[in-house]
Amino acid sequence: MTHVLSLLVEDKPGLLTRVAGLFARRGFNIESLAVGPSEIDGLSRITVVVDVEELPLEQVTKQLNKLVNVIKIVELDPSQTVEREHMLIKVRVDNSTRSQILEAATLFRARIVDVATDALVIEVTGDTAKVQALLKVLEPYGIKEIAQSGLLAIGRGGKSITERVFKN
Amino acid sequence: MSTESTPVPKGSPSRPEILTGSGAILRSLELLGITDVFGLPGGAIMPFYDELMSSKGIRHILVRHEQGAGHAAEGYASSSNRVGVAIATSGPGATNLVTAIADAHMDSVPLIAITGQVFSTSMGTDAFQEVDIVGITMPITKHSFLVTRPEDIPATIAAAYHIATTGRPGPVLVDVTKDCQQNSAPFVWPPKVDLPGYRPVTKAHGKQIQAAAQLLAEAKRPVFYVGGGVIRAQASPELLELAELVGAPVVTTLMARGAFPDSNRLNLGMPGMHGTVPAVLAIQESDLLISLGARFDDRVTGKPSEFAPHAKVIHVDIDPAEISKIRLADVPIVGDAKDVIADLTVAFRDALTSTTPDLTEWWVRLDSLRAQFPLGYDEPDDGLLSPQYVIERIGQITGPEAVYAAGVGQHQMWAAQFIKYERPNAWLNSGGAGTMGYGLPAAMGAKVAEPDRTVWAIDGDGCFQMTNQELATCTINRIPIKVAIINNSSLGMVRQWQTLFYDGRHSFTDLNTGHDTVMIPDFVKMADAYGALGIRVTKKEDVDAAIRLANETNDRPVVIDFIVSRDSMVWPMVPQGVGNSSVQYAREHAPEWEEE
Repeated sequence: MTHVLSLLVEDKPGLLTRVAGLFARRGFNIESLAVGPSEIDGLSRITVVVDVEELPLEQVTKQLNKLVNVIKIVELDPSQTVEREHMLIKVRVDNSTRSQILEAATLFRARIVDVATDALVIEVTGDTAKVQALLKVLEPYGIKEIAQSGLLAIGRGGKSITERVFKN
Repeated sequence: MSTESTPVPKGSPSRPEILTGSGAILRSLELLGITDVFGLPGGAIMPFYDELMSSKGIRHILVRHEQGAGHAAEGYASSSNRVGVAIATSGPGATNLVTAIADAHMDSVPLIAITGQVFSTSMGTDAFQEVDIVGITMPITKHSFLVTRPEDIPATIAAAYHIATTGRPGPVLVDVTKDCQQNSAPFVWPPKVDLPGYRPVTKAHGKQIQAAAQLLAEAKRPVFYVGGGVIRAQASPELLELAELVGAPVVTTLMARGAFPDSNRLNLGMPGMHGTVPAVLAIQESDLLISLGARFDDRVTGKPSEFAPHAKVIHVDIDPAEISKIRLADVPIVGDAKDVIADLTVAFRDALTSTTPDLTEWWVRLDSLRAQFPLGYDEPDDGLLSPQYVIERIGQITGPEAVYAAGVGQHQMWAAQFIKYERPNAWLNSGGAGTMGYGLPAAMGAKVAEPDRTVWAIDGDGCFQMTNQELATCTINRIPIKVAIINNSSLGMVRQWQTLFYDGRHSFTDLNTGHDTVMIPDFVKMADAYGALGIRVTKKEDVDAAIRLANETNDRPVVIDFIVSRDSMVWPMVPQGVGNSSVQYAREHAPEWEEE
């Protein structure tokens, strides 16, 4: 079962090692990880996707909460969450395939961000299903390289995790 | 000629004193009330040692190996409820602390480890004596810091102290680069300690307390399952009051020996793999376990699915991650044991008005188990000393005000079983990590913390050989501990398992230190070489005199080499991997127990 965790953490050296170490200690594989600054100075947000059962996840969450630099952990409910992935795809092109690929990119509302005579770099944003679908369409042309972000996720509606944390 | 001494202003709020990073470490420790530290200098920590030399408030004990500093700091903390401090240089100095840090992490010992680090400009270049000690110790510390700027020292040391001593205590490592120690900055005290992610819960929810009190009032076969957390929380008086009020049996785990007096009629002894039959079976037959600061360790539970199969569980712990980790709690309570037990006592009194628990039937069963299966031992067939007898006599002659620190193995179990503990902090051992060699340096630390108490290290011949270099530290620094080597010439616990589970194939467990061997090393000569009083005891009639002589000798450490039988085994025993109902009182002798 896949779970999406949103962690609010202090931006300190070694923080990522501490977080990753806790998953490793229990033998859990992190499926995706996205780290970046949060809306508050000095605090970062980590979005982690893990595939584990409910009970061991609870244990890891409790252990993560014990890390001094971790301020808050929330498991995001998929039905109440906006989830996005970001991918850059370098695909092989020639004169016969270029227009088909451009058409596919347009259909997926992807953007061409680099053009060469033998390749295009396509930028796509969306949920996991959309990004995977585009990849599948482009595969026959020859994918030379992809770079993908971890999943980014944020709760729907007006509430924010940070507000909840710093209210008390 | 006399000169009036002019007081030197120690800096004013408007203009703080300028100190080196090293000076700031020392001043911070002094201001936190630290009076004793254990350590060993080396290149990357030399600036700090230069400051330490002139400290008037802090006594530094120079150890012979950094592991000794770590365990001494643990013994210091565990015997006195103060924080232990260990200091080492970078690289191998720091890695030598690792075992003690891991040990403190497992047993929730408040420990501050300060290590030197190479110059910040050399970090990551494989510089001489460089290791990433923060990285190495991440999974075995409560928290760790790397400090590279002297202005960050006061807040970091204060934070380390706060984290180590509050909530669930534990080890905190502070790694300080050499340039940070050398450079200067204004010293601001008290510093601003900002730890937004660290807020231990100490006061429990009233609703949960009510629910627990209700269960307690309704239980027919309740058992207080008491762990080391009760000792760390200094909650023994509260526990005594609650247990007496409820009238329910108490079992004290290996880490909790002394949390509840052994002489109290409610105390059934230690549960677990080598627990008493009444303690083990009381839990198995219980309908309500009140777990206080215990963590359902595998050495206590045996096969978890068969542990206390009929019991509901009230689980009280200050660490939320312990609750329902092994066994699902029916009533989880996060809080400090001292507060929670006091609250529970009040709530139980209120609950009593509606129900009056009658535990008479329960006690009939428990008393019959006690009568049938008292702790005991057989005299060895080989005519050699019985190790249990020796340990029992040390406890009886020295009494409950002393401190007893054990190594790990058979002698540790016998010391947990056959010494009677009447007060918390009297029993020190390596429970979670099982660190051989813990005993002697821990006893040394305890003696520094509690100089007026007699301190015994109950050690094995294997354990003693791992950390005995600290005898030099003890002699030179006038720390007169007593060491009882329970010398069975082997790695006894491993040998016991080989006897029981490996067809008696004693693979590499002979140490050749005891009876009928070459006796290398000769522990009495060794004691002599270290300036300690060495005594060898081989006969039962000499045991008491040797113990008395040791207790009376306080001008130097004492080492008694008790030559005991190697065939004595630790009983009762629950074999690994089976349910606790399979407890064996002695070899192939299992008690009958009531199944529902």
